[in-house]
Amino acid sequence: MSASTAIVGVAESDLGVTNASILTLQSQAITRALADAGLSLSDVDGIATSGVSRFSATQVADYLGVQPGWCDSTFAGGSAYEMYIARATQAIASGQASTIVISFASNQRSARSRSLGGVVETHTPEAQFESPFGPLFPLSYYAMAAQRYMHEYGATRSDLAQVAVLAREWALLNPKAYRYGAGPLTVEEVLAAPMMSSPLTTADCCLVIDGGGAVVVTSLERARDLAKPPIQILGYGESTTNTSMSQVPLLPTGAVASGKAAFARAGLSPSDVDVVALYDSFTITVLLSLEALGFCGPGEAASLVASDRVRPGGDIPLNTSGGGLSYCHPGQYGVLLLVEAVRQLRGEAGARQVSDPEVALAHGTGGILSTHATVLLGVDR
Amino acid sequence: MSEQVLPIPDDVTTPWWEATKESKLLLQTCRECQHVQHYPRAVCTQCAGNQLEWVESAGQGVVDSFTVVHRAPSPAFTAPYVIARVRLSEGPTLLTRIVGADESELACDLPVALSWESLSDGHQLPVFQLKHQQ
Repeated sequence: MSASTAIVGVAESDLGVTNASILTLQSQAITRALADAGLSLSDVDGIATSGVSRFSATQVADYLGVQPGWCDSTFAGGSAYEMYIARATQAIASGQASTIVISFASNQRSARSRSLGGVVETHTPEAQFESPFGPLFPLSYYAMAAQRYMHEYGATRSDLAQVAVLAREWALLNPKAYRYGAGPLTVEEVLAAPMMSSPLTTADCCLVIDGGGAVVVTSLERARDLAKPPIQILGYGESTTNTSMSQVPLLPTGAVASGKAAFARAGLSPSDVDVVALYDSFTITVLLSLEALGFCGPGEAASLVASDRVRPGGDIPLNTSGGGLSYCHPGQYGVLLLVEAVRQLRGEAGARQVSDPEVALAHGTGGILSTHATVLLGVDR
Repeated sequence: MSEQVLPIPDDVTTPWWEATKESKLLLQTCRECQHVQHYPRAVCTQCAGNQLEWVESAGQGVVDSFTVVHRAPSPAFTAPYVIARVRLSEGPTLLTRIVGADESELACDLPVALSWESLSDGHQLPVFQLKHQQ
C-alpha cells in the first residue's frame, strides 16, 4: 500500500512577519503547491489540515469552495502533517480520494497569538495537576528532557548549542530562511542568550514566526503524468505517548516506535537515508530524535551533530532548510519538513542541494514529545 | 502577585484536593491489581478496573528531572522557580516544584521529601525539598 502514492506538489506560504490571516496563508500554500504539481483546486477531493479553527479541514474547504469526499483534522501538534501522509496514502489506496492537499499555516508572529504557558483547557488533568505549578508549555518539558539527557550521558549545554549552530549554517544557504542574512551563530552566543527554562536559552528554542506550507498527494501512477517528477511515499509510522508532563519516561521518546514502523514499512534502514529533516522545536529535540531513529546510538547524537557528517557536504545532511531554529517555525513545523525533503529529492534546493539524494526522512514531533511521526520519501525509480 | 492558577476539582479528583487541606498526598491504588497511579482517574491504567482506592503517599521520592523557569508564563507566577518531575517511592511520577534549593544544589536522582504550599482557595500544592535540607 505504501509504495502506491507520491507527493507531486509542494510550496510554502509567505514566511516571516506577514500581517496576513491564517486563511490567506493557507490559500497561498495550497494554490502554490497545486500549481507546482500542474493541478488546480477543482482536482482536490481531499483536505488534511489543523490549526485553523475547531473545524479546521471544514474551514479550509469552505474557504476554497471545495467539497471534499475525504478530510482529516487530526490534532497532534507539529507531527500531524507526517501522520496525514499515512492517512492520505490509505485514503488514496482505498479509493476514497484521489488528490489530497495537506496544509498548515499560522500568523502567530503577526497576531502575537503565542503564549509561554501554552493553551490550558480547564477540564483536563493537566489543568489540575500541572498548570498550578507554572511550567512553560511546551518549553519546560523539553528542558526537563534535556536535563535528564545531560545527566544520563554527560552531555553539556554546548552539545545542545551545536544543534542551533548547525541549523544556522544551513540557513545561510537558504534565501527563504528567516536567519538567511544573519551570519553564522556560535556556541558562545547560544550559551549567552537569555535563559528561559534551564538548560535551554532563547537560542535553543525555535523561531516564533508566521508561515505555512502545503503538499499534494496522489497515486504514483497518476503522479507520473504530472508536472514534476513524483516523490514516492515509501513508508510511515507514528507513536502517541503523552499529553501530561509526568506520565511517561522522558527518554527515550516515541520516535523509537515511529521510526521502526516507518523503516520496516519501507524496507529501509537509517544508512539508506540521504537527507534528514528532523523537527527542531528545541535543540534537544534533534539529539533525541537522531538517537531514537537509529542514526546513532544512545548518547552519541552530540558528537554526530558536532561532526562534518551532518553539515553541507556530509553524508547525513541534517535540517538542510535551516530548520525551525533558523528557517521557519510557524508553531507547527511538520509540513515544512515534507516540503524541504521533496525539494531535496527533486534537486530543487539551490545552494543547499545535497548531491543526488534518493531517500529522505521527515520526522515530526508534536506537543511535549507527545506525538511522533516518521515519513520516508524516495525518488521514483 | 496576581490571581493564582487554581485547580477545578471534578467527580474523581475532589477527594484528592480535599486531602491536600490536611497536608495528605493521596495516590490511587487498584483494588483488583494493586497498581498505584497518579493523577487520579476513573480507570486503572494497568487492568482497566474501576475499583480505585485512596492511599496516602509516604512523601518520599527522587528528582527524575528539573528545570529552573526564568520567565514566568503569566503574572500569576514570579520567576525564577524550580519545576520538577518527582518519582515517588510508591512508583508514580508527579509534576511539582522543588522549593528552598539553589540551582547549583539540584541534580537528577537526588532524594526529596514532601512539603506543602498554600493556594488562595484553601487547597495546598504538594511540593518537595531536597532531603539534606530537612
